Amino acid sequence: MKVIYTDVLVIGGGLAGLRIAIGARRRGHDAIVLSLVPPKRSHSAAAQGGMQASLGNVAKGQGDNEDVHFEDTVKGSDWGADQQVVRMFVNTAPKAVRELAAWGVPWSRVRQGDREVIINGQKVTITERPEAHGLVAQRDFGGTRKWRTCYVSDGTGHAMLFAVGDQAIAQGVPVHERKEAIALIHDGSRCYGAVVRDLITGELTAYVAKATAIATGGAGRVYRVTTNAVICEGIGAALALETGVAALGNMEAVQFHPTGIFPAGILVTEGCRGDGGLLRDANGHRFMPDYEPEKKELASRDVVSRRMEEHIRKGNGAKSRFGEHLWLDITLLGRRHIEHNLREVQEICRYFLGIDPAEQWIAVRPAQHYTMGGVRTKYTGECPTLRGLFAAGEAACWDMHGFNRLGGNSVAETVVAGMIVGEFIADFCDSPKSDLDIPTALIREAVAAERSRLDVLLKGGGAERADALRIEMQQTMTDKVGIFRGGADLEEAVHRLQGLLVRSRSIGLRHHADGPNPELVTAYRTQKMLKVALCIATGALTRTESRGAHFREDFPRRDDSHWLKRTLATWKDPSDTLPCLAYEPLDVLSMELPPGWRGYGNKDYVDHPDTPRRAEELGRLRERLQGADRHAVQAGIMPYEHLLPQRFRGRNERIDERMP
Amino acid sequence: MSDKTPVPAAAAAASGPPRKLRFHVLRHDPRDPGSIPHTEVFELEEAAGMTLFIALNEIREQLDASLAFDFVCRAGICGSCGMVINGRPGLACRTLTQDLPAEITLAPLPSFELIADLSVNTGKWMRGMSERLETWVHSVEQDLDLRRIEAPMDPELADRIYELDRCVECGCCVAACGTARMREDFVGAVGLNKIARFALDPRDARTDADYYELVGTDDGVFGCMTLLGCHDVCPKDLPLQNQIAFLRRRMARAGLG
Repeated sequence: MKVIYTDVLVIGGGLAGLRIAIGARRRGHDAIVLSLVPPKRSHSAAAQGGMQASLGNVAKGQGDNEDVHFEDTVKGSDWGADQQVVRMFVNTAPKAVRELAAWGVPWSRVRQGDREVIINGQKVTITERPEAHGLVAQRDFGGTRKWRTCYVSDGTGHAMLFAVGDQAIAQGVPVHERKEAIALIHDGSRCYGAVVRDLITGELTAYVAKATAIATGGAGRVYRVTTNAVICEGIGAALALETGVAALGNMEAVQFHPTGIFPAGILVTEGCRGDGGLLRDANGHRFMPDYEPEKKELASRDVVSRRMEEHIRKGNGAKSRFGEHLWLDITLLGRRHIEHNLREVQEICRYFLGIDPAEQWIAVRPAQHYTMGGVRTKYTGECPTLRGLFAAGEAACWDMHGFNRLGGNSVAETVVAGMIVGEFIADFCDSPKSDLDIPTALIREAVAAERSRLDVLLKGGGAERADALRIEMQQTMTDKVGIFRGGADLEEAVHRLQGLLVRSRSIGLRHHADGPNPELVTAYRTQKMLKVALCIATGALTRTESRGAHFREDFPRRDDSHWLKRTLATWKDPSDTLPCLAYEPLDVLSMELPPGWRGYGNKDYVDHPDTPRRAEELGRLRERLQGADRHAVQAGIMPYEHLLPQRFRGRNERIDERMP
Repeated sequence: MSDKTPVPAAAAAASGPPRKLRFHVLRHDPRDPGSIPHTEVFELEEAAGMTLFIALNEIREQLDASLAFDFVCRAGICGSCGMVINGRPGLACRTLTQDLPAEITLAPLPSFELIADLSVNTGKWMRGMSERLETWVHSVEQDLDLRRIEAPMDPELADRIYELDRCVECGCCVAACGTARMREDFVGAVGLNKIARFALDPRDARTDADYYELVGTDDGVFGCMTLLGCHDVCPKDLPLQNQIAFLRRRMARAGLG
């Protein structure tokens, strides 16, 4: 049996995983990154529009700071987020942009003087300050009060991933490519690493580590229509789930992006709307102002996606042989802007739709885009029930997104969580708590168990076809667990998925080689994906309210009195066909921003009994802190800075907030 | 509305009965001692808007579950799916079958280690190249205070750096390179473009003399025979011709000086 020992095993070679490895390495710990694909091909590269950080360099970002970013993010989450984690995030995001700038990311920069932009369909002249010239620029994105999204044309994720990937090479971080973790090694209370399959040779190896970090991204591919890359299958979440101990948080919180190109589902960035693009219906009518007079096209993604589907239901969709869709119009931005700031969009339109977006409208319809849920962690990124297991990025429920993530906050989370969790992992590895005392029998048994699972698939003679089960799962999720949800549909979805899970236990293969065998990979991943899909569907069925991206037509109101809590799903026994759901309440009495109206979307919600009390308390606190600066007021209301690693504490300098 | 559903723009182009496409796929598993490289033919009915991503997945689902190939983003962004399509390296995911004749030949990218069938190990090659050329910013400043306002950069310069930063390391340029076929260690247009990118970046403290040490050889910029297949096939339309010429002049100067 082959065993590889290291300090930190990072599963996933995207931005979050690479940044964790770099952080651990800098603190003197060995780290190995496992990646299904060459790390620079990770789905992080697909983030186009940008990363939120309250630098406030552009004129339209003036006055921005951590407080505003915090409020936008919490409102965006529909109060599902952990507010202390949001505070940690917003305070670190500017530092992340600055670190990346030093690492070579060619952030688009501010040009001083006048420039013409499109706001609300009108040409407007903005004057950029001379003192901002050459600093990192920001563009507008949905659900934000200031222009906060830092960008590199519309290839932000690509540029970030290459810079961080190259830093990992500079630090000598080994990336074991085309290796897939297929099970965690654990004893029910401590995680010791993973059983890893080589996707080229089929060989199994045990990786034993003090700390294991899951950074495998989202689970979009459990849906039929998704913007996600083909490797975003939720396997990291499934690995945690299959321990029977680790919990997945809020899996029912699934984001649908308003502008997937129709019908392929490939993403065109929110930057299109941020830069002034409009949504139009079959008649060319700009319909968003009818529904959202304040934020219009730039309400949060959950709201815009719902309004689009609602408008299609009312008979306003453009018809095509593949179904109905709406139009994204960026022609008004002008060719120069598109060729400069939206060039990936232009390429995608050219190659996949055969159109020139400077001349023609883009056919769009909402598509699955982001998994707010994931491996539930503490603010340190550590799983509270399985010591030594960490998670970060989209794979985690850290939980800064709650029930809806703002555009530009995901690629920001990857690097910020990578920085923060990387430090906590290094702290863990520094302490005697991380000492490994692992019986070799445990390693041997874990590898043997996986070997026999694979052998059953390869040689068991099962009659079920993995790809058929997968397609049925994906169709079920898209049809029944989508943007608009209802009890009857969800019950049917759960029932169907259970049936598929049972059938997946008798998958057989037509091709029996153990090496580069794509059919075998589909088979074992489908078994895992079905469990993840069941967590999403049961979570959605049980949550009888609407919050953020989770919208129940039979329970259209947000209900803080019953549902201001996080769903925790565990899979107790491998033979089960349903997850166990438990709930973790959010404490209104310690919130900096108690629940209220988001400023867009539904105004109708049921208050938590503690909300008026907390609001009153906050009023008193603010009165007492009158005259103090904003940092002191914040610290008086909900202290968080002590939670941050020492390295990332401290205020952020801005043009309007100079540091001595 | 999925990857497998055709797109409307292409639908308009299709008229008459669908074509029968014949895919001639080069197959080989180098780890199987019994495997002999050979071409296998798969027939599919064309659908409107069909890309090679859709076609290859359909072949795998319906005709041969063992066919190996690589896709990740399927949107032309990640560079995973470089292969030789009717003799020309390109990204398979964004190649529409309607732009190809009915006889389609697919082969793995040459110059890279073959994993199986259409899958090659570009990742290993690119990591090796990055380590050799040290393709990261060699900072002047060591202990950066992250709380401070970032150093300004000329906006035009940032744009010019991004222009070169758009490389996705797909390997098409290496596959199309005459020198790479003769010199195993040639860094390729991808490597030379990276040096040009860092040489342009004021955040990188390296000088031309340093870059000369990295690419001032026949495995570097002087190995280029100016055939410029790289420039013709680059899926991101990078200005490789200019960059290589510019770098060669600079390196010649550094070498003489």
